[in-house]
Amino acid sequence: MTSSKPLPLFPAAAKAALADTQLRRNLGVATSTIRAKRARVVAELPDWEDLRAAGNASKAEVMRHLDAYLVQLEAAVQSAGGQVYWARDAAEANAIVTALVRAEGAGEVVKVKSLTTDEIKLNDALAAAGITAHETDLAELIIQLAHDTPSHILVPAIHKNRAEIRELFLRTIARRQELSDRPADLAGAARTYLRRTFLRARVAISGANFAIAETGAIGVVESEGNGRMCLTLPQTLITIMGIEKIIPTWEDLGVFLQLLPRSSTAERMNPYTSIWTGVTPGDGPQAFHLILLDNGRTRVLADDVGRQALYCIRCSACLNSCPVYSRTGGHAYGSVYPGPIGAILTPQLQGVENATSLPYASSLCGACYEVCPVRINIPEVLVHLRGAVVRQQQRRLAGRLAPEAVAMTLLARTFASPWRYERAQRLGWLCQQVFTRDGVISRLPGPLSGWTTMRDLKPAPRQSFRAWWRTRQGPMAI
Amino acid sequence: MRIALFITCFNDTLFPEVGQATVAILERLGHTVDFPEAQTCCGQMHYNTGYQREALPLVRHFVDVFADADVVVAPSASCVGMVRDMYPRAAELTGDSGLAVQVKVIIPRVYELTELLVNRLGVTDVGAYYPHRVTYHSTCHSLRVLHIGDAPLQLLRAVRGIDLVELPGASECCGFGGTFAVKNADTSMAMLGDKLRAVLDTQAEVCTAADTSCLMHIGGALHRQRAGVRTRHIAEILASTEVAR
Repeated sequence: MTSSKPLPLFPAAAKAALADTQLRRNLGVATSTIRAKRARVVAELPDWEDLRAAGNASKAEVMRHLDAYLVQLEAAVQSAGGQVYWARDAAEANAIVTALVRAEGAGEVVKVKSLTTDEIKLNDALAAAGITAHETDLAELIIQLAHDTPSHILVPAIHKNRAEIRELFLRTIARRQELSDRPADLAGAARTYLRRTFLRARVAISGANFAIAETGAIGVVESEGNGRMCLTLPQTLITIMGIEKIIPTWEDLGVFLQLLPRSSTAERMNPYTSIWTGVTPGDGPQAFHLILLDNGRTRVLADDVGRQALYCIRCSACLNSCPVYSRTGGHAYGSVYPGPIGAILTPQLQGVENATSLPYASSLCGACYEVCPVRINIPEVLVHLRGAVVRQQQRRLAGRLAPEAVAMTLLARTFASPWRYERAQRLGWLCQQVFTRDGVISRLPGPLSGWTTMRDLKPAPRQSFRAWWRTRQGPMAI
Repeated sequence: MRIALFITCFNDTLFPEVGQATVAILERLGHTVDFPEAQTCCGQMHYNTGYQREALPLVRHFVDVFADADVVVAPSASCVGMVRDMYPRAAELTGDSGLAVQVKVIIPRVYELTELLVNRLGVTDVGAYYPHRVTYHSTCHSLRVLHIGDAPLQLLRAVRGIDLVELPGASECCGFGGTFAVKNADTSMAMLGDKLRAVLDTQAEVCTAADTSCLMHIGGALHRQRAGVRTRHIAEILASTEVAR
């Protein structure tokens, strides 16, 4: 596990993001467009729910027997001519990659878009070793050129619009050039810039969408062809994958290749699917290194409710469907895994004590669960993790004495007894008089002011339902 | 049919008129309503905020109070959602296998009001009259936890005098989310802002739903803005009759 530091609190980060009107516009347009497209292509498949169930079952099977599948994968990759390394955490993984690149005598690498390498901050580690990492995915390139961080799993530069990207390119890779903000022109500028790099690089680094335990085949799906260039041109290929990316057989791949493109880019099939098995003499990279990364995943695996977060195939449908993400954007989550999946994955990978606000960054509306192609019950895990946060806080006296904890404990005691409950109703009716003006509560103190900044509150009426019921039935009915 | 009413603590305390309307509808349809007075709260707020240990006595209490009821109805999709979706895990957390069995037995007997009317009792016309322009917000728990689908709309379409108008983006969360509205007040407000715009776009005078909590959220902001639109629980619309006016 990386030496984790507490992440910034979500409500404060979200507050700043929500005030950025350009960000709101960019995100709103992008997420609503892709939501509608996804809904259309998913509706084309009459067996969509069966596919989701199959994807879920396949992942559940892998998690139950992950130890055996990992050893099976290792043996298969080795017998196909690849090398396999095991990395406990980010530092180990980065050290292995750095040593491998150095052994090749290379001063630069080309990269296929990979969240796992973002997770372990590989680019920083390589830079510290004097090795330049070139991102080749268009959006990742934009992020790298802007010294920014990704804000979306699939579309890392979703927070930027075309005009902003044009200006960035004019400052960096397309200086003194004529450039419009048409997507084709922007992609053309990136292509011209990247082509030279592809032809020069001797080492490529990729992540993996799938690893087939049975044969040792590794798969990467992408849209731009930059991945295909990286996976075929350089002499050496280094792949870093989280240990949860395993699927048992080629047959399982058939399920996931239907689920993933429709859920992520809303395409029936993604343009490029590259699959390789070890090394093929005379064809493609002649050295293949596979690094299996834990970095907190075995701890997630040990939690019977939380482990379903490891089923994730990184499609990003939950982000696009989330009413919170589509307004705050990804940076507010403070992690390479934003949105609903990030809210359940980050606290588990980095420890709930370091991400106490993330499990609360959801209204539990369930839109994420509805679209998840592998049926991860995200709301269930969020609630489960909230429980872990509360338990953690209650371990300390200060946590037990926090206003929220005290209020919750008192309320629970009150609700546990009909007599105390009814007394509290009457007491509440009395207390609210302090805040009621002209029959409305428009200002509340402390944390409750969050409610009244935008909303009025109707005070409780004098007669509760149960009081009315008694007048209606008479005391004999009790 | 004898139907036990689970009023929910929220409606009991803040919106008794929703309970009165529920009783009126069911009695008009010829059913007998019981109100077990020992009932308090389903424990949703505690459970969903992470105070699961604190919620467990409330789970046990609910199960005990309604143990003898054949049919339980609540005019709240989110509280029924709590029972149906979270009680099995809550019972598991207590380690009490007896409670787990009780929960398993009670779950199929607990209905949200519109679900009871349409799916269990097979009624869509409850004899209501409501001459107003109304838009319906399908709350998250109605839609994605209980999957009650268009049951509320079937009931509303049968109301005489109603001018029912579709709410754009009706399935999107209003931003309430229980303690979310306070813990993440800014995000909640951003979501609510979009919901208000959709409601106002319909030119409706009444926004309705199957959850008073979401309506308190939407209605609280409509009131603050003096937007000229009120919120009413669907039970209140279904309880309205020409004679009563």
